[in-house]
Amino acid sequence: MLFFLACAEKKVDSNQKEGLNSSDNKIAKTHTSTKIPILSFKELMPLLNKNNDSVYVVNFWATWCKPCIKELPAFEKINAEYKEEKVKVILVSLDFPEQLEKQLIPFVEKRDIMSEVVLLDDADANSWIPKVSEKWSGAIPATVIYSNSERKFYERSFTYEELETELESILK
Amino acid sequence: MKIKQILTVSIIAIFSIVMLSSYISLNSESIIKGYQIGSEVADINLLDVDNKMVSFSDFSDAKGFIVIFTCNTCPYAVASEDRINALDAEFKTKGYPVIAINPNNPDVQPDDTFVLMQQKAKEKEFTFPYLFDESHMVYAQFGAAKTPHVYLLQKEDGKRIVKYIGAIDDNVRKASSVKERFLANAINELLTGKEVSLKETKAIGCSVKV
Repeated sequence: MLFFLACAEKKVDSNQKEGLNSSDNKIAKTHTSTKIPILSFKELMPLLNKNNDSVYVVNFWATWCKPCIKELPAFEKINAEYKEEKVKVILVSLDFPEQLEKQLIPFVEKRDIMSEVVLLDDADANSWIPKVSEKWSGAIPATVIYSNSERKFYERSFTYEELETELESILK
Repeated sequence: MKIKQILTVSIIAIFSIVMLSSYISLNSESIIKGYQIGSEVADINLLDVDNKMVSFSDFSDAKGFIVIFTCNTCPYAVASEDRINALDAEFKTKGYPVIAINPNNPDVQPDDTFVLMQQKAKEKEFTFPYLFDESHMVYAQFGAAKTPHVYLLQKEDGKRIVKYIGAIDDNVRKASSVKERFLANAINELLTGKEVSLKETKAIGCSVKV
């Protein structure tokens, strides 16, 4: 099997951002570009197993997953507030690859998501779900928090406070 | 008089403790963990999209059941709709009908109302019961965490025993790319009197919304 890394780039009208109406604001539009890499699970593995002095918070989500969207601001806030403490949030989207340009990229731009976003495109979930965690049933949202010495898995939703508590338990 | 009061209070207290402890054990054993491979499955009695109640016991000729927790809008459930119809067509006549159950609470997931379930069943020409788990007890009893989530049951000595839990196949997004049909293989093994070789698989799904 050949694994390859595809980098999709899509220019999205800023009029999709909040506060602006579409068609009427063509003049006002500026162009931004968001890159979201499409990864096979093999390519995602290194992001789940970094061995350095940072703590990684890896969240599995999708734009169509309501509880995922609800908890997304908590992950964004962790990414912003714990930057100095070498905490990095990685948002692994399970959106369908054909929805990347229509759905995922506009979503990421509209919400100004600052955390790293990657799209996992690997259909044989039965083979890779247990590699993320033996405890994972496969339901999203799901989150892994790991450092070079500790790893925790959660199949649940988080508030900011709850996520912070779990993160602090690893940061110690 | 006083003795009578004390007695009454004690009886209420003991009764409460018994009730509470049985509730706790129900929570820890049945609701959180749910059915495992080999578990005996209790009968259900849920409302179908045709407004009739459906139970496992209605299917006296069935050898078993393909129970699929699914819903109207989860992209993985939608991607599986045609496959679920096909499974029913393939295995109903062999004794394993599909029983689909929507576990979601429409107050949390407004696209999963009973009326929208009826629409879905009509549009997609579902050939199988599509039941509404309105009290959210059945999904909890099974331990279904997501949609779609499959439980294959086999009748043995009048009991319904769990034989397989997990995914329909190895490619939830694209039927044409499927290499291994986990569920169909399991049923075919049961049909030939064999033990299911792959008893559990994992699949990505939308968490059950209650």
